[in-house]
Amino acid sequence: MGLLTLLILIPLAGAAILHFIKDAKSAKIFTLAIALVAFVVSMIVYIQFDSSKAGFQFQEKLPWITSKTIAISYYLGVDGMSLLLVLLTTFLVVIALIGTWNSTDKKIPGLMALILLLEAGMIGVFCSLDLFLFYIFWELILIPMYFIIGIWGGERRIYAAVKFFIYTLAGSLFMLVAIIWLGLEASKVTGVFTTDFTALQVASSKLSLHVQSYLFWAFAISFAIKVPLFPLHTWLPDAHVEAPTIGSVILAGVLLKMGTYGLIRFNLGLFPQASIDYASVFCILAVISIIYGALVAMVQTDIKKLIAYSSVTHMGFIVLGIFSMTREGLQGAVIQMINHGLSTGMLFMMFGMMYERTHTRAIKDYGGLAKITPHYAVFFAIAMLSSVGLPGLNGFVGEYLTLMGAFQSSVLHSWAYAIFSCTGVIIAAVYLLWMYQRFMMGPVTNEHNRSLRDLSKREIFSLVPLVIFMVWIGIQPMSFMKLSEKGMNAQSDTLLGARQQSGYEIVAPKVIVK
Amino acid sequence: MSQLIPYIVAAPLVGFLINGFFGGKYKNKAIAGWVASMAVTASFVMAIAVFSEMLSMPAESRAIHYKLFDWLSVGKVNVGISYLIDQLSIIFILVITGVGALIHLYSTGYMKGDPGYTRFFTYLNLFIVMMLQLVMADNYLLTFLGWEGVGLCSYLLIGFWFEENKNNDAAKKAFIVNRIGDFGFLVAMGVMLVTFGSLNFSDVFGAASGMGSGNTSIVIITMMLFLGCTGKSAQIPLYVWLPDAMAGPTPVSALIHAATMVTSGIYLVARSNILFALSPATLTVISIVAICTALLAAIIALFQNDIKKVLAYSTVSQLGYMFLGLGVGAFGAGVFHVMTHAFFKACLFLGSGAVIHAMHHEQDMQKMGGLKKYLPITFATFLIATLAIAGIPPFAGFFSKDEILWKAFSQGSTLLWVLGAFGALMTAFYMFRAVYLTFYGKERFDAAHHPPHEVVPAMWIPLVALAALSVLGGFLGVPKILGGGETISQWLEPIVGKGEEIAAQSQIMQGEGMEIPLVIISVVVALVGILMATRYYKKRTTLASQEQKLGTLYSLSANKFYVDEIYDKTIVQPTYFLSNSILYKIVDVKIIDGIINGSAAGIGQISGMIRKIQTGIVQNYAVMIVVGILVLVSYVLIF
Repeated sequence: MGLLTLLILIPLAGAAILHFIKDAKSAKIFTLAIALVAFVVSMIVYIQFDSSKAGFQFQEKLPWITSKTIAISYYLGVDGMSLLLVLLTTFLVVIALIGTWNSTDKKIPGLMALILLLEAGMIGVFCSLDLFLFYIFWELILIPMYFIIGIWGGERRIYAAVKFFIYTLAGSLFMLVAIIWLGLEASKVTGVFTTDFTALQVASSKLSLHVQSYLFWAFAISFAIKVPLFPLHTWLPDAHVEAPTIGSVILAGVLLKMGTYGLIRFNLGLFPQASIDYASVFCILAVISIIYGALVAMVQTDIKKLIAYSSVTHMGFIVLGIFSMTREGLQGAVIQMINHGLSTGMLFMMFGMMYERTHTRAIKDYGGLAKITPHYAVFFAIAMLSSVGLPGLNGFVGEYLTLMGAFQSSVLHSWAYAIFSCTGVIIAAVYLLWMYQRFMMGPVTNEHNRSLRDLSKREIFSLVPLVIFMVWIGIQPMSFMKLSEKGMNAQSDTLLGARQQSGYEIVAPKVIVK
Repeated sequence: MSQLIPYIVAAPLVGFLINGFFGGKYKNKAIAGWVASMAVTASFVMAIAVFSEMLSMPAESRAIHYKLFDWLSVGKVNVGISYLIDQLSIIFILVITGVGALIHLYSTGYMKGDPGYTRFFTYLNLFIVMMLQLVMADNYLLTFLGWEGVGLCSYLLIGFWFEENKNNDAAKKAFIVNRIGDFGFLVAMGVMLVTFGSLNFSDVFGAASGMGSGNTSIVIITMMLFLGCTGKSAQIPLYVWLPDAMAGPTPVSALIHAATMVTSGIYLVARSNILFALSPATLTVISIVAICTALLAAIIALFQNDIKKVLAYSTVSQLGYMFLGLGVGAFGAGVFHVMTHAFFKACLFLGSGAVIHAMHHEQDMQKMGGLKKYLPITFATFLIATLAIAGIPPFAGFFSKDEILWKAFSQGSTLLWVLGAFGALMTAFYMFRAVYLTFYGKERFDAAHHPPHEVVPAMWIPLVALAALSVLGGFLGVPKILGGGETISQWLEPIVGKGEEIAAQSQIMQGEGMEIPLVIISVVVALVGILMATRYYKKRTTLASQEQKLGTLYSLSANKFYVDEIYDKTIVQPTYFLSNSILYKIVDVKIIDGIINGSAAGIGQISGMIRKIQTGIVQNYAVMIVVGILVLVSYVLIF
């Protein structure tokens, strides 16, 4: 059995075993142990990974549904990008479990089982190289998340859970159609219906531009909902506000990245020409997401909603980077996925810690907490500044590279995308600093808050690793980015190469032509 | 000696980390102050060692590159945490660590007893680290790291007393306004990458010097960089944060908001002098913005009654003079004024801090007066620094300001000189107004109950040192015509020489032989300003009524030309309205979610209607079967 299969099976088996554990405390300890084992296994994958190669490693392929005319296989493999996301997943699940240890005592074994199921699904999504398998994992994730929101959520949890479920499901049905269509197209060439990613890459290059663009959109819509890209983002604030803390952490930390991961892997990977054709459409939506998300975040009165809208902004930067198709843009997008996972994950987790103490999400109920809970204020400030994109912390690296990628992009023909996106940097400071001020600074306005406890040792223990990574990525980003360097550079070169072959001219932005 | 370079940065970094991690556990809080002060002093000593080695070397081999490690290398973005120590950066390093050490020392006295004592010194050390990144970087991206880093420290220190929302508002405003400038910096870097394919100084300047003057890309780059400078260095239209920044503790105002951080913009332009010289349009814009800022801020400073506000607007105005020098292509003159200004303005701020300390946190000059006899050392040093800023020879400000004015005349235009000289008149006036209101006249406070005391040695030693520098600092740049050696401009020649030369190509020189007369006029102008202040304020006890007679001018000046109110009405409120009432409440909730929930509800309704057919009553189904058969049969029969 390969390491990747093991990595999926460990949480899956854990979820099954949890069925027999009835005691809340042992369920939690067991789940944490399982999550730690998964993390260790992912570290082994990381250690054995050869970052000097561009292709997929740790490949495992077993025939699954096969006949003379069908070849669907159980096909796994990782490249640098997916490995980084797998590491993020296994890491964040451990951190989130520790950080939210006492956040609820409702049906703990069930919650833990769903978390492990979710973890297995997420790892599966990032490792699948067969689209059929990918689709199964993709849909698998909806189920635990639906229940996590629907059972452990806030007051309007049912509304949010259903909205989340239907929104995403509607999107993924397009993808299902596209996968089948693509398989049929492949069978026209080879005579075999296949959903093998590498085989489909070959087949899709022979598609007419027409078909390519239909398929491109079918994939793109389901991914854009997940990202979420304006105007398909309205499920996110509701889902986040209602989700329990651990749900929000995983949702923001990992789940959203499935969308941007899909855009890079499948949209750019399978439909290079269509991606180039619609790059400007996507970048316009990305720019709108960046600015719109930030402006709307600014006026929120609910802290979780504010952080949720800030995700729309941050994910917009990732999409901008992806569709700039430059090396800087793609590499920036990958590291920004990790960064957003860390910083937004930390913001949600920290706010969850406060919510456990106060049970209110309204900003107006807070103020002056820095005096009462000084440690909390420091950690929250670091997460906030990472989200602001302060150089020296992780958030800056991704944001900066995606912007520089957009400036240089020969696909986009204009600096306008990059320049408008840069304004997001200003608004980010407005909404985050303002939120921090009303949350932490000033006089204590709510007398109930005077007796708040500062962070416990366990809570600090769960936050310190996040801070370490924020500083580490901020100062030594290459130690992470070198993993995906080869793959992303190759992808960028292929895309821009495809563009030259197809007869497009590379036109430098007009303004510098002198 | 070059191996010392990383330790110049490491010393304050270690101080920051020690105080940051262990500060909470100190039994004696004074340790924090000493750790921080020692760290910066060590940094200063090492900077001197490096400087003295540079002195011993020939001019062209003085620049030292020192690479610590790679930071980012993706595509064309290829930058390291690597430093460039040359004639320009060493001046800034010496000022930052030297003045910084003095202000740290001063703060050990000033902040004594404050509950946030340790936190204060932690931030202050972090500031030094970031400021050093800014001036030591050998590429724009690392400069940007420092640029944002000092912005963060400024934010943290303005809002140091965070329990008062007034301070938090000022801190937030500073950060956000600076971010508007940073937007420009970011765009400039983007265009730079496209144009030159690199962010490293040597590559960029090398490639740029081969390009023609007025190249569109370079114009965009320099305009955007200057937008960044208007934020950090408080020029029109982004100067509005600096006066509010006085909400921070006074040593912070001295270090960050007078001596070092706010001069980052001047550093950036001087560093990029080749780019700016190649863009005469940008230089013109800089000159215009600079002279307008210098005058506007000076007018506002005329009638401020808060002693720190006077100094704050004076800083904005002086920064305007520095940019005026840069704008006319006299990059060296701008840097010279940065240095002398650091001395005398730090001295003034620390002096005002001593006054505020002695007056039990009173900042309103209307409630001071007659402090001369209570605070003799503070008074003497404050007076020296005031003479320096007023431009009285042989104090430091005279030489540097006069150099800028002369360059503005000879390389710019007569109008620039006239306006500049008028600003100098106002400077002398408002500064001496402050001196008289504070130290002369009747005591307008309750001396019997709270007699003011002269400050402790930890606080007056820095005052004396800075006052001495305010006297001596100017001699580094005595012009040839007064028999001097122009030491500083010769020192900077390898860095800014090329830029000055290129800039000069697009300028018309004038005024040969006019230098001496102009110097004399400007000194006379300054003296007139002082005399006017003496006439109106030396013995005056009731001020407000007198000043109000000036009518519109007074109310405009006292209300800061309503710029904050205008920004609030035209930018802040409309943005909030757009975001809240339109984007969120209409677009997001009504339109997008309306469509989504509407389609869900629509499907629900249709299903509800169809559901009614299924009544569960067998007779109904039988009727439907009959109707169905009838319809089918008649269809077959008719067609």
